[in-house]
Amino acid sequence: MSDSIEERKAGSGWGQRESHSFDRNTVHYIHEAARTGLYRIRGFGAKRPIPSFDDLLMKGASMSRYPLEGYREKCGTDVTIGARNAKNPIRLRIPITIAGMSFGSLSANAKEALGRGASEAGTSTTTGDGGMTNEERGHSTTLVYQYLPSRYGMNPDDLRRADAIEVVVGQGAKPGGGGMLLGQKITERVAEMRTLPVGIDQRSACRHPDWTGPDDLAIKILELREITNWEKPIYIKCGAARPYYDTALSVKAGADAVVIDGMQGGTAATQDVFIEHVGQPTLVAVKEAVQALVDLDMHRRVQLIVGGGIRTGADVAKALAMGADAVSIGTAALIALGDQDPALDEEYRKLGSAAGCWEDYQAGNDPAGITTQDPALAARLDPVTGGRRLANYLRVLTLEAQTIARACGKSHVHNLEPDDMVALTVEAAAMAGIPLAGTNWIPGREG
Amino acid sequence: MAERGGNEVVIDLAEETLRTANTRLQSLNGTREGVRFRIRNPGGVHALACGLDAPVHVEIDGHAGYFCAGMNQHADVEINGNAGQGVAENMMSGTVRVRGDASQSAGATAHGGLLVVDGNAAARCGISLKGADIVVKGDVGHMSMFMAQAGRLVVLGNAGDALGDSIYEARIYVRGTVDGLGADCVEKPLGAEHESELRDLLGLAGCNGVDPRSFRRYGSARQLYNFKVENVGQY
Repeated sequence: MSDSIEERKAGSGWGQRESHSFDRNTVHYIHEAARTGLYRIRGFGAKRPIPSFDDLLMKGASMSRYPLEGYREKCGTDVTIGARNAKNPIRLRIPITIAGMSFGSLSANAKEALGRGASEAGTSTTTGDGGMTNEERGHSTTLVYQYLPSRYGMNPDDLRRADAIEVVVGQGAKPGGGGMLLGQKITERVAEMRTLPVGIDQRSACRHPDWTGPDDLAIKILELREITNWEKPIYIKCGAARPYYDTALSVKAGADAVVIDGMQGGTAATQDVFIEHVGQPTLVAVKEAVQALVDLDMHRRVQLIVGGGIRTGADVAKALAMGADAVSIGTAALIALGDQDPALDEEYRKLGSAAGCWEDYQAGNDPAGITTQDPALAARLDPVTGGRRLANYLRVLTLEAQTIARACGKSHVHNLEPDDMVALTVEAAAMAGIPLAGTNWIPGREG
Repeated sequence: MAERGGNEVVIDLAEETLRTANTRLQSLNGTREGVRFRIRNPGGVHALACGLDAPVHVEIDGHAGYFCAGMNQHADVEINGNAGQGVAENMMSGTVRVRGDASQSAGATAHGGLLVVDGNAAARCGISLKGADIVVKGDVGHMSMFMAQAGRLVVLGNAGDALGDSIYEARIYVRGTVDGLGADCVEKPLGAEHESELRDLLGLAGCNGVDPRSFRRYGSARQLYNFKVENVGQY
């Protein structure tokens, strides 16, 4: 111990070393928990690193497969959903749908923009917990009506004017959790649609009030079909809890389509501990859901829609190559509307955040005017402009997926297959059931 | 096969499928026509007489399965037997009468109309109720009116445990005993306004001789409407 006083004052440099276990976010979490006694409720989705579609690569083509000409040869993208039982299955031009997000969590302008963008791109959008708005119905060529445990705003007239019905069992951000809309977003209109007092914290149930389990659900689906003259495709949406069994039981219950949402899926308001620690990665969800459908000889007969962290055309192509029929996007669609816009960085910083980091969807003070019910903020989002931006984004995703499909020699994006991919990491290989690059090895699979 | 008996259309489910029966019942949806239907041999079939949207009268001679008269609008449905799970679920308007007992989740999420159960109703009667009225002449099971938002439940018998758990603005009237109240549900005074609405509801249910003052009223203490850490022990 011969350091001089001056040397000790200057420090050794080790005082800047951050603990992996107790990093700055963890320290902040502990301080906030100690200060308030409350857990954190927030929006957005999981922020932890999770093996994802980025850990898969497409092989492309060379001698053993020949590609299609990018600007000459057709590569189809259409998808039909619900032909198993419904008289009127829905037909989409692209295999990318807009996930359910409620009016209440989103502004009416945002819902309208989603409808406009989806319609322009030839796909569907979906209602959410809180019922169907006229803005949304009016601007959505194909609208999927969510049938949720809360049944807020649920009525048979809206059921009949929907194009498909999605029975929501859970969502990726919180499989096993109910909905949450905090009082600051419960305006008079939202309250009226949900038959609740203005300004209270609204908690949606986590289970349906009148059925429990797949046997009951089969009867519930019978009722929904009887009420709608067997016209509407019926989806069942589950968070990725036990995707193999959830998918198999959904098929047994009579679903025309199964929506599986991985843990990267977003939310308007959920406990942080739920978002980050409950549910399985989307890679696992796709693999297990496809396997269940194959085992039941229902693959391609019951459509599989996969959500949770879909961002790019590469993600779309990889999900389809794993066996999905379509994907759904939520968070990405909001970003396309203008969420996280760097031009709003100063305003995000005033709220203690930054463009690209904003996660307080629950707070109702969204500078982008999307996750808010504040009239002045909501007016910032022009639904026509927002719709155009979303349509542009959907076109890019589709073009990118087509580019990859053509490069793999496929005349339709649904012809992509697991053999078109390799995994970059052992983890991704195990989760997705795709061989590790340079090997035939799929961890966990014998032989 | 449907036959007309006088002014009544008879549907025999021993000879006809659920689909054709419901199609026939729903054929007047959107109209003001008040046809009378009688359904024979229901055999506990599920989803019977659901999705009606006309002022028709449907009388079911026997037991009905799950979700009978689900999402009813304007119709008057009478079940001369017991009803399975979720009878009159999400009803918007009209009347549903169960002459026997009702299984769990009777009147779940119903927005409007009147459900009358002559016998008992099982657990979760009126769960997530959104504005309808329910009168049960016998007992109701546990967790009845869980998260009920609006509307009224009248119980002439006894109520099971956790009555009105997490209730919002709905009202509950019970004449007998209550095994226990759920979180944020409390007994409230029975005022003249409540006696008056009780008298009306009892009259609609055919219980004219029952004294409204023999009931106790329960509703929300409104302490859990906004999350407060000091209330954590309540959940």
